[in-house]
Amino acid sequence: MKITEKPVAFYPEFVRKSGPHKETTHYCPGCGHGNIHKMIAEAMVDLGINERTVFISPVGCSVFGYYYFDCGHMQAAHGRAPAVATGIKRANPEAIVISYQGDGDLAAIGTAETLHAANRGENITVFFVNNAIYGMTGGQMAPTTMIGQKTATTPRGRIETVHGNPIRMAEIIATLPAATYVERVAIGDSKHIMKARKAIRKALTNQVENRGYSFVEILSTCPTGWKMDGPDARDWLVEEMTKVFPLGVFKDESDHREGAWHRHVETFEPAKRDAYLGAGEAEAKAEKLPLPAELHCKFAGFGGQGVLTLGLFLAQVGMRAGLHASWIPSYGPEMRGGTANCSVNLSERRIGSPLVDRPNLLVVMNQPSLEAFTGEVVEGGTIIVDTSVVENCPELPGRRVVRIPATGIADEVGTPKVANVVLLGAICAATGAFPLAFVEQSLRETVKKKDLVDLNLAALRRGYEHVRDAV
Amino acid sequence: MSRKFMKGNDAIVVGALQAGCRAYYGYPITPASEIAHAASLHFPALGGTFIQAESEVAAINMVYGTAGMGIRTMTASSSPGFSLKQEGLSYIAGAELPCVVVNVSRGGPGLGNIAPEQADYFQVTKGGGHGNYRLIALAPNCAQEMCDLTVLAFDLADTYRNPVCILADGFTGQMMEPVNVPLARPVPFDHTSWCVRGDAATHRNLISSIYLESADLERHNLKLDEKYRRIARDEVRFEEYQVEDADLIVVAFGIVSRIVYSTVDQARAQGLKVGLLRPITLWPFPSDRIAELSRRDVRFLSAELSTGQMVEDVRLAVEGRAPVHFYGRCGGMVPGSEELLAEYGKILEGGRS
Ligand code: SF4
Repeated sequence: MKITEKPVAFYPEFVRKSGPHKETTHYCPGCGHGNIHKMIAEAMVDLGINERTVFISPVGCSVFGYYYFDCGHMQAAHGRAPAVATGIKRANPEAIVISYQGDGDLAAIGTAETLHAANRGENITVFFVNNAIYGMTGGQMAPTTMIGQKTATTPRGRIETVHGNPIRMAEIIATLPAATYVERVAIGDSKHIMKARKAIRKALTNQVENRGYSFVEILSTCPTGWKMDGPDARDWLVEEMTKVFPLGVFKDESDHREGAWHRHVETFEPAKRDAYLGAGEAEAKAEKLPLPAELHCKFAGFGGQGVLTLGLFLAQVGMRAGLHASWIPSYGPEMRGGTANCSVNLSERRIGSPLVDRPNLLVVMNQPSLEAFTGEVVEGGTIIVDTSVVENCPELPGRRVVRIPATGIADEVGTPKVANVVLLGAICAATGAFPLAFVEQSLRETVKKKDLVDLNLAALRRGYEHVRDAV
Repeated sequence: MSRKFMKGNDAIVVGALQAGCRAYYGYPITPASEIAHAASLHFPALGGTFIQAESEVAAINMVYGTAGMGIRTMTASSSPGFSLKQEGLSYIAGAELPCVVVNVSRGGPGLGNIAPEQADYFQVTKGGGHGNYRLIALAPNCAQEMCDLTVLAFDLADTYRNPVCILADGFTGQMMEPVNVPLARPVPFDHTSWCVRGDAATHRNLISSIYLESADLERHNLKLDEKYRRIARDEVRFEEYQVEDADLIVVAFGIVSRIVYSTVDQARAQGLKVGLLRPITLWPFPSDRIAELSRRDVRFLSAELSTGQMVEDVRLAVEGRAPVHFYGRCGGMVPGSEELLAEYGKILEGGRS
């Protein structure tokens, strides 16, 4: 097939194009894009993939790719095509995704997206049209502009020490282990074009065969941007550009990547999701336990003592009792210095603020917490103190202070780690909020490791009895 | 339904899965990271997709790609990350793609801190990115709503082919509450007419936001505008508590609405007739209801975790018919009950605009 013929994946008439001339492309005469488009369309037809293909139009002269190709199209923001391609391919691995990008799009604003899509080894095909200039925006410097090349923003030519050097993307991509195939071609003379056509076909074949990420850099002409006529542009491309951007294959693992990048998408059955999340399970026995008084609690101590978990235990017991319950860890300076605290509310009514600024139950497991929070406890409130850790605990008028050597008791039970469960027992006895048996049952369900259940139950009981007997 | 004690952030993922969201793309940031943690566990386990993107910018563009395939998809972040998503959101709105974006907001501007704030209100409700567009913005105030409003968000996104934002805050993200896990539903939307799935049925479709001809772009914008008017008419959601006879109506959303809720009864016990109006949709804003309430002898107070953002919408709705006051804290400071009660007292005693 001669490249002057239109493959069927190329629309015979460009109806999406604005203006009257529906048979001509919008590209300037002598521009490389037209040839590259035709070679891609030709490969799409030969591989029988045009209906499966999603072509991503970048920002730049080729933003109107959708005028020409008879396939699905998504137009992406400048530089973001590889990310969009990722989203497409992951949603439907059967789709053939082409990311067609210019040098600004791929090597400047979209460098991160380019490298990372390649690094993930997305099973996509990237055609990188490198014409060493920003065409559409009016001939400014590109990351690939040559040293000495004059552009609208390098009027005296690109200078290495001012503007940096032309970036060789093919070489960079080739260093990434996940990339399958990286080649640089050119559309200079007919020999070059033959090679380019082969590379384009190979890059698409790789995707069809699920061989992973393919990257073809195509040196292309921009007579308008370069301020040259067509033949001069072609000569400059062949003579100057190929010196800086050598042609050739930089990486090719196409042969031993067979099918490795096919990522299967399973059906997303509702029944499967329900089973996985436990939705629709028979509701845990809806015991409705009356709460003698609303609890607005603060639990505070050192990080690692289990104060946050203690709050969580209590809140979960509340939920099992059919109550409204909330738990929230603290933000702010108390979080630093290893001190942690959380707020828990239990109520028969809807809970307003989950934050407790005036607790009626304060449980403290260290001295700083006692000092920080006792002043906030409301009149008639209860303060439970782990006296194994907190030594100075004065009487507080109007507040009930419950002293329990929780960490010591936990040690006797087996490990200081269950001091928080000892305190849970103490809370039950001190507040009368829940019957011991109910909390025992909750704990059985909450503690994940079965061999720890007995230890926890013993700790709970000891804490409960200690307070009950002291009363 | 079954009841589980879970974090607001986790409840978002549960809601998303049950809504049929199949792909999550995101970048870690406090205090939204648990959403990514849960997504990385659950989406692949169910045969869906999770990718930790290289940036927030990449994540929202992955969402763009998957949304263009007609598949439910989402991303989540917190304030600085949400800023990075603005470019993508403008494109997604322009191309009329459905998706859900969560912003578990924190203190700013700039890096700010990781404590909760509501100062992204302007950004979320007024567009944020370039061009004429709107996000539907939902503001949950409890873990159950983090789940349920996520389900709703996907339905709204599909109905209107528009991105929907869930604007939560660090508190609603981090707190744990019982959540009734809703049953999973098949997705009832067929997007064949516009999506690009990479198959024969959709291969003539085009997803784009480019309209080079001025007249075309104007037409497109007017079409979008017509859609936003429909949304503004049909999708306003709010909750009221004790507003009927209130002398002072406190307007608050998210975590602040919870704190205000706690204070309404306390205020009434002190003889102050206070009520709460909580916008659930921040855009569209319940302006009509506020306008209606403003036609009687009443005062409004906008209470926010910001230096004053939503208050502007309250003022617009009130149109000078009633005094509108503002009370805000920021940087992670939250108003306590006593502080709010004092404020109510001050306003009702004589008024201070
Ligand atoms: S400006 Fe350059 S790249 Fe763009 S269409 Fe014209 S010749 Fe081609």
